[in-house]
Amino acid sequence: MTATHELPTNVNQTSEGGQELTSADVVAAGERLRELGAVLRLSENDALVAEREQVPDDETMIINMGPQHPSTHGVLRLMLELQGETVLRCKPIIGYLHTGMERTGEELTYLQGPTNVTRMDYAAPLFTELAFSLTVEKLLDIEVPERAIWIRMLMTEMNRISSHLLFMATNGMDLGAVSMMLYGWREREEALRFLQEVTGLRMNHNYIRPGGVAADLPDGWRDGVLRLLDMLPGRLAEYDTLLNQQPIWRERLQGVGAINAEECLALGVTGPILRSTGYDWDLRRDMPYLAFDEVEFDVVVGSYGDCFDRYAIRLAEIHESMKIVRQCLEKMPKGDYRIQDKKVTPPPRARIDESMEALIHHFKIFTEGFKVPEGEAYVAIESPRGELGCYIVSDGSSNPYRMHVRAPSFVNLQTLPHLMHGSLVADAVAIISSVDPILGEVDR
Amino acid sequence: MTDVDAQGGEADTPAEIAPETLFDTLLTRSHEQFVLHPTRESYSGLLATLHSAGYHSVVDLCGVDYLTNDSRQLPVGIEPERFEVVVNLINHRERARLRLRVQVPESDAVVPSAFTLYPGTEAMERETFDMFGISFDGHPDLTRILMPEDWIGHPLRKDYDVGRIPVQFKGAPANR
Repeated sequence: MTATHELPTNVNQTSEGGQELTSADVVAAGERLRELGAVLRLSENDALVAEREQVPDDETMIINMGPQHPSTHGVLRLMLELQGETVLRCKPIIGYLHTGMERTGEELTYLQGPTNVTRMDYAAPLFTELAFSLTVEKLLDIEVPERAIWIRMLMTEMNRISSHLLFMATNGMDLGAVSMMLYGWREREEALRFLQEVTGLRMNHNYIRPGGVAADLPDGWRDGVLRLLDMLPGRLAEYDTLLNQQPIWRERLQGVGAINAEECLALGVTGPILRSTGYDWDLRRDMPYLAFDEVEFDVVVGSYGDCFDRYAIRLAEIHESMKIVRQCLEKMPKGDYRIQDKKVTPPPRARIDESMEALIHHFKIFTEGFKVPEGEAYVAIESPRGELGCYIVSDGSSNPYRMHVRAPSFVNLQTLPHLMHGSLVADAVAIISSVDPILGEVDR
Repeated sequence: MTDVDAQGGEADTPAEIAPETLFDTLLTRSHEQFVLHPTRESYSGLLATLHSAGYHSVVDLCGVDYLTNDSRQLPVGIEPERFEVVVNLINHRERARLRLRVQVPESDAVVPSAFTLYPGTEAMERETFDMFGISFDGHPDLTRILMPEDWIGHPLRKDYDVGRIPVQFKGAPANR
């Protein structure tokens, strides 16, 4: 690879093959089944039925949906094979937003890392920062102070609320409930206002860093939280009246895009999609991190695994997150908001003026960063979209040797062929929306 | 993460001398996380064993290129190779996680695909192929997933030049 690369004159010279959906009779049997949405291994009978389902080529049409399409939530491209209005096969094509962030992560120090990973899931940036920081702390073998833990919980739950509110808005918009879009954005704005008060930014906060958080909560943060907690229940009740009790909304979502728990596990799907099937799994409760074992909340599960369940679970999770936020408000301990380890976190600003040593540490941390012992670790947290993991290999230097983020949206997208098989094109929009992919995280 | 001892049983006795094993595979611990080191030959069999032992989900699969990192520690009997395929599995009932690290030589970068047992590895294996050039034997559709299909090279390899490559999009004008 070190050799100079010639500009390819003929694009066909690589052997990687086409990424697109090709005509049904040229794709291999296994691949065709996957595009048809078969998740688990089919019995011979089922396979025969699937074979017999084959429609002659001249009766079907392959169309492109995206990458520029308002309802694909970014630059997701779907190739759909249609017979009339029915989706036969589907293949998601991704990579339009690929910016090599895992490679960039290898070039940045551990302190600079959160600025990079926060741009992955731009609707819930604090979660990627948290996963990254927890992994680095595991490699460093340090414990952050109590207050930092609770600030992290408070901020990520606020972020979960804003992310789910964004889902409410876009889901409404995709299904034609445009007033819901306005309401969702309006409430999200309030949540973002609180995040901005604390971190200074509305998104890409770079707030959670290895060793703690970037800054302590500002004066009056309790008022900001309480304002939101007072305002939201009424607004969520409005959503309930507007959507849950509306026959058109139910008709559009109920029974659309169903999946069962076994298929979800086989596909590695996590988060609201897995819970919508009735599978009771939430990392916050089942493999607790931070201090989630000290707060009370319920894990909401659905029963049908359809679009309506996925929507209803997210609505209910906003209520659960509010419960956690309220407990954070009560239990927020006093103390330091970051670890006072001069090798990991910069010294307080005031110390720099009076202490030569502090100045040196400050300079060292911001120029060459801190060194992390050799090793590898994987830490996973529950993001609004599912299990968000970070795998870091360290070679003892101040940059990660390899930084990999297990993005929930990337894995969850694999359900699309399955959810869409046999449904209508109009439902395809509802299904994409209910999977709630964030393309920045899919492509990284 | 809280890694509960897996059900294999052997791991319950940490006092054992000499190489520790779990599911007949060499076991190491990395920050309280359980890591298994199967060979390429035993990888498929191990996945089948794990699947029947309750590890029903592969949560993550990625590659690592150890070209310039000689600090890694492997148990005795495992020959270090340039590439590693790292697989994270989860057992929901036991609330346990396991990590597999499979050594993949550069000269023959092929690993059996986990697709038939764990269909969810489809995209992850494609990504690993795209980024590292590691092939997965038995994968239904091993094509590039993130990079353009006419891209040359595998960008996450350590010897891949970053930033010195002319833009390779279709129909782009020649480099000045």
